[in-house]
Amino acid sequence: MTAIAESLAAEHRCCDERFTATEAAAERGDAGRCREEFRRFQTAMELHFRKEEEALFPAFEQMTGNSMGPTRVMRLEHRQMRETLAEMRATLDRGDLEEFLGQSETLLILMQQHNVKEEQMLYPMCDRVLGAEATAVIDAMQALPADKPA
Amino acid sequence: MIPAGLSLEQAPPFSVPLRFFLTAPWFLVLAGLLILWQGPGIFASRWSPATLALTHLFTLGFMAQVMLGALLQMLPVMVGAVIPRPRLIAALIHLPLTLGALALCAGFLFGAPGSFRWATWLLGLGFGVALTAIHLALWRAPVASGTVIALRCALVGLLVTVGLGLWLSGFFGWGWRLPVALAADWHAGWGLLGWTVLLVAGVAYQVVPMFQITPPYPPRFVGAFAFSMSALLAVWSLLAGGGWNAAARIAASGLALGMASFAAITLYLLGQRRRKIGDATLNYWRVSMVGAMAAAGLWLLARFVSAWAQAPQVELLLGILMVAGFAVGVINGMLYKIVPFLAWFHLQAQLFGRAKTPNMKQLLPDAAIRRQWWAYLAALLSLIAAALDPVLFSVPAAIALAASGAWLGFNLTRVGLAYRRISRAAGGAVAVPAGV
Repeated sequence: MTAIAESLAAEHRCCDERFTATEAAAERGDAGRCREEFRRFQTAMELHFRKEEEALFPAFEQMTGNSMGPTRVMRLEHRQMRETLAEMRATLDRGDLEEFLGQSETLLILMQQHNVKEEQMLYPMCDRVLGAEATAVIDAMQALPADKPA
Repeated sequence: MIPAGLSLEQAPPFSVPLRFFLTAPWFLVLAGLLILWQGPGIFASRWSPATLALTHLFTLGFMAQVMLGALLQMLPVMVGAVIPRPRLIAALIHLPLTLGALALCAGFLFGAPGSFRWATWLLGLGFGVALTAIHLALWRAPVASGTVIALRCALVGLLVTVGLGLWLSGFFGWGWRLPVALAADWHAGWGLLGWTVLLVAGVAYQVVPMFQITPPYPPRFVGAFAFSMSALLAVWSLLAGGGWNAAARIAASGLALGMASFAAITLYLLGQRRRKIGDATLNYWRVSMVGAMAAAGLWLLARFVSAWAQAPQVELLLGILMVAGFAVGVINGMLYKIVPFLAWFHLQAQLFGRAKTPNMKQLLPDAAIRRQWWAYLAALLSLIAAALDPVLFSVPAAIALAASGAWLGFNLTRVGLAYRRISRAAGGAVAVPAGV
């Protein structure tokens, strides 16, 4: 079973696409477009975090009886990314595209090293541990409404 | 509020990899000074003692230094393998490796068996600790991805390289009788192809698609490459050792083609990148891959042009393309991502919410990277020119190489100092090694 690994890795690629669109707008100096793309990027990121935190991680923790292991590290990294996204938004509101590009470079690496851990380790572990439950967890993740970012 | 440092539990303290990254560039400076001191004669043949010293300033002082430091950092992130007692392990690798590289070069330069013996003990200790720690971590890794397989093959390559190096030291330090030319060819083959190329490939499988946002490497290539290269190296070693030279050349041609295809795929993927913005480190990747392809092409060409087959200039050029081009290029470029990111990562965990963390480009501006890039390119091109016309180009090559190393060292040290300043101001745990 690789259902969870496939569906969530695809979301990472989708966030990557939004990231590149945001970054490209910032480099062109198009602040309006950048704000628009960033809003979509941040919304996609937030929804992805919530799918993991509200559906996947609790199911994993329940099956393994371990809430202090890999999921805790992932939650902490989500928090680090949320913090960075909030800083980027503030920078964008000030219209400082140059600082924004420095922050986006930093976020990219933070985001990708996090994705490596999830795609290489956590998702395959989830698929193994959850087995037949995986479909139900994916349904629960899809059922989460896409909210505005916090 | 999250207590300082909590989110870093899988990552070793910053001082663990940083000590390697801040030491390595100065070996490039030493290499430049050695060329300046020895003059054009250092480009006469790969076998002259000063040239062997120069080679090891590059391979031990710069390449192995950064590669081992980066592995200590990356293994927990990339393969979920934790290395116990990271500070102690790092110290037991870094110090012997640094002193051992210097002792080995002194041994070559002054023909001193005592220096060779010191180098043997020191390098045996440093690599022994590194191999043990990294092997244990890697074989316990929970998943066997393409990267893990490549890293395992690379570590076998390092093991063989170090074993052969220690065996060769028996000749220089103790006067053992052994087939030095053959052992040195094996040593270079395993070190460059079995260890360096495979380690770069294992890392590239992850960092190229993720940081440049490109399509992934073809899964069939990833599945076959590392193991095929290791197997071909073993076959080549046996054939060369048995004196079956024609068959050995066929195996070696396979190795050259394998390396060239890795480089070509990497260049192709970089051309497909979906990030539309400029990236100062892309140049290093591109030159590195072109260097590998040029080395493979030159090697293959030299099989058909009989005057080239044993020409000292061709051997030197191969070494320059592989070491100063392929290896130094890609390592130099990656350091510019790793060091500022780690500084930011550790600072952010220490400052969490209390103060704003300077981003990567504030810690190391693109302009500083681009300027050092020109020095590196000048060093590589003038080294290539010096292999062909040493009298004219050895001084420019020496100066450009030393300048490029010093500039890299300055750029990275600047990040380390900013980290220390901000970390101290925040009252966070200061984990920068002594001497920074």
